[in-house]
Order: sequence, then structure tokens, then C-alpha cells
Amino acid sequence: MSSKKNKEALLTPLGLNNPVTVQVLGICSALAVTAKLVPAIVMGISVTIITALSNVVISCLRKTIPLRIRIIVQLVVVAALVTIVSGVLKAFAYDISVQLSVYVGLIITNCILMGRLEAFAMQNDPWPSFLDGVGNGLGYAKILIIVAFFRELFGSGTLFATDTQPGINVLNHDFVANAGYVNNGLMLMPPMALIIVACIIWWQRAHNKDLQQK
Amino acid sequence: MDNSLISLFVRSIFVDNMIFAFFLGMCSYLAVSKTVKTALGLGIAVTFVLVVTLPVNYLLQTKVLGPNCLVEGVDLSFLSFILFIGVIAGIVQLVEMVVERFSPSLYASLGIFLPLIAVNCAIMGASLFMQQRIGLAPSDPKYIGSVGSAVVYALGSGIGWLLAIVALAAIREKMAYSNVPAPLRGLGITFITVGLMAMSFMCFSGLKM
Repeated sequence: MSSKKNKEALLTPLGLNNPVTVQVLGICSALAVTAKLVPAIVMGISVTIITALSNVVISCLRKTIPLRIRIIVQLVVVAALVTIVSGVLKAFAYDISVQLSVYVGLIITNCILMGRLEAFAMQNDPWPSFLDGVGNGLGYAKILIIVAFFRELFGSGTLFATDTQPGINVLNHDFVANAGYVNNGLMLMPPMALIIVACIIWWQRAHNKDLQQK
Repeated sequence: MDNSLISLFVRSIFVDNMIFAFFLGMCSYLAVSKTVKTALGLGIAVTFVLVVTLPVNYLLQTKVLGPNCLVEGVDLSFLSFILFIGVIAGIVQLVEMVVERFSPSLYASLGIFLPLIAVNCAIMGASLFMQQRIGLAPSDPKYIGSVGSAVVYALGSGIGWLLAIVALAAIREKMAYSNVPAPLRGLGITFITVGLMAMSFMCFSGLKM
């Protein structure tokens, strides 16, 4: 159950085979929901749950799905799971589901899901597929949380703030303002998300020569 | 032509640009923007699929899924994810077969990208944004209230996406000759380029029509 291969399926997506920075999957939502930490964490958890469950379902069905219509089958399975998660979010975390708006629905077309279903779940047993789904979901969540941390910290000067709660105040103090520091509003705008992800890729590739392009 | 339609069109190209404002369709945007020619082909295919699917999804939303549409007192909008993606996947399949039958040369040049459009977030995203906009007040410039305005919104979003991918492909073609630091080569510098392009597109966000 915990062979070397299973461990690899769970752990490599967190580092050397990260879905966002190495496989280039699931960029859309990774950039759009990261202006604040709380929605980013919720999004990361939702995607982890959906990747893990859809991997298991497709892996169980993999011998019965006709090859020609497999994309539509995969999409329907994913869409059903996303509908459930979106309903749960609306029931228990309504404010956050409003902030995430269409991006919850867009988990359906998140390339991580289709990518992992095609590349892993279609060839492997349910248990390794489950681990692969959890690993990739967490790898995605990790990047989201790093990006959201920097954007919220330097953009609004807080951490874990939501529309209803002020969160942890880090930089909005008088002595910080007196020292001449002002929150950088650009951090909350879309372009900075791209540039922060670029910096993460830069850092990762500077430390892992294998990932660099010739 | 109606003034509000022109405003909707221009806004969806520049202000609500699919790539630079919402990051939709980013995966294929980064993967297929190595040369201008393929980028143009994919951009046209995305625009075409958008223009075909959005009116269908508009009718689905207003005639079948909305509150009190099929049965009095029943709101089926929780089914919208499954139905929208079904419509998109079905239409992409249909478009693929029609293009294959009537224009083999276009099919050969688009071949690999066509089936991929089904999982392009720009298409699904436009459908979901349209679903939100149907619920807005009619005086809102973002309001979509008819099949016609759904088509205009689809066309504008598609052209915005096309513009973005062709521009990035042109920059990347030139960038191939420049000396980029090794860790940034490929993905990293592309992200920074898109970030700078998005910053320049931000100047449209104050546009009042």
C-alpha cells in the first residue's frame, strides 16, 4: 500500500513535478483567486478533493470507458463532483463562494484534472490514482498559498482577511506608515500574480538545473 | 446598431479581456503561442466555438435552467455546470466533424487544437460569466439580455483572446533570439512577458463607454 511508487505519486507533485510550475497545468485559477489568502486556501482544498475523487472514479471506470468518448465521460464525472463541491461551499462558506464566483465552476476545465485523468488515472489502479490526485491537488494548493501570501501581505498589509473579518494586521501600523511604507495596490491587480509565479519558477529552476530549458 | 451592443463589444475585447483580466484559457495560451501562425489558427477556432456555444447556453439558461422555466417553482440552475460542459464538448465535436468534411486544409492546420478547445477555460468561463450577467440590472453595461448580445459578447471575448495570443506569439518569436538567463528561459520569461502585457492592458480598465 505504501510502496515506493505510491510515495512518488504523492510526493513528487509537491516539488520536482509541481502541476503549476513544472507541468504548466491549472494556471487560470491559480492566478485569479490569489488576491487574498482565505479564498486561495479554500480553492486549494476544493481542487485537492475534486482531483482525488475524480481520479478514483475514472480509475475504477477505466476499463469500461470507450476510448472515443472518454473526454466527455471524464468531463461529466468532474462536472458532477464540482456541482457537489460548489453546493457545499454555498451552504457552509457563502461569502467565500461569492468571492470565488465563476472560478469554482471553472475547476471543471482546470487542466490539472484532465491532465492527471489522462496521464495517470486511465492507466493505474484506484489507490495510486487517489494518492496522485491528492499530491497534485496539494502541489497546486501550495503554489496558490505562496502567491496569495505575498499578494495579500504587500497588497493590503493583512493576512487571512475576509470581507467580514479584518484578519491579522501585519503592516497597517502607524510606525510602518511613518517609516514611509505604503501598501502596493498593484499587488492586488492581475499582472502581479503572473510576475510572482514567474519568480517562483525562476527560484525553483535556479535550484534544480534539470528543469532548465536548453 | 444599438449603442449598448457596441459598448459591450469593445468592453469585452479590452476591459474584460479573457486573458489579461481573468486569466481564462491560460493553459493553451502558454502552450500554443510559440509561432504566430498556429496562434492565429487557435485564436480563430476559439472565437468560432465561443460564437456558436454562447447563444446555445444562453437559451439553455433562460429557457430551461432558470427559475420557473420548465416547471413552476423549480430552479434547475444547479445543473448548469454539467449541461454547459456537455453543450461545449458536443459542439466542439460537431465543429470538428463539419470542418473535417468541408475544409480539410483548415482541419489539418487546426487538427490537434480543435478537440482541446472543449477543455479551454475561456469557453466555459464565458458561459459562466454570461450566466452571472443575465442576472444583472438591464442598465448595467455588462448586462446580457438577448441572444444577440450573447453573440456580441462571445465575438468580443473571442477577438480579445485572439489579440492576446497573437501578440504573445509575436513577442515570443522575437524573444527566441535574445539571451535570457537560464532559469528563466521558456516558462519564466513568458510569465513575465504576459504580466507586463496585462499591466499595459490595465490602462483600458478606466474606459467609459
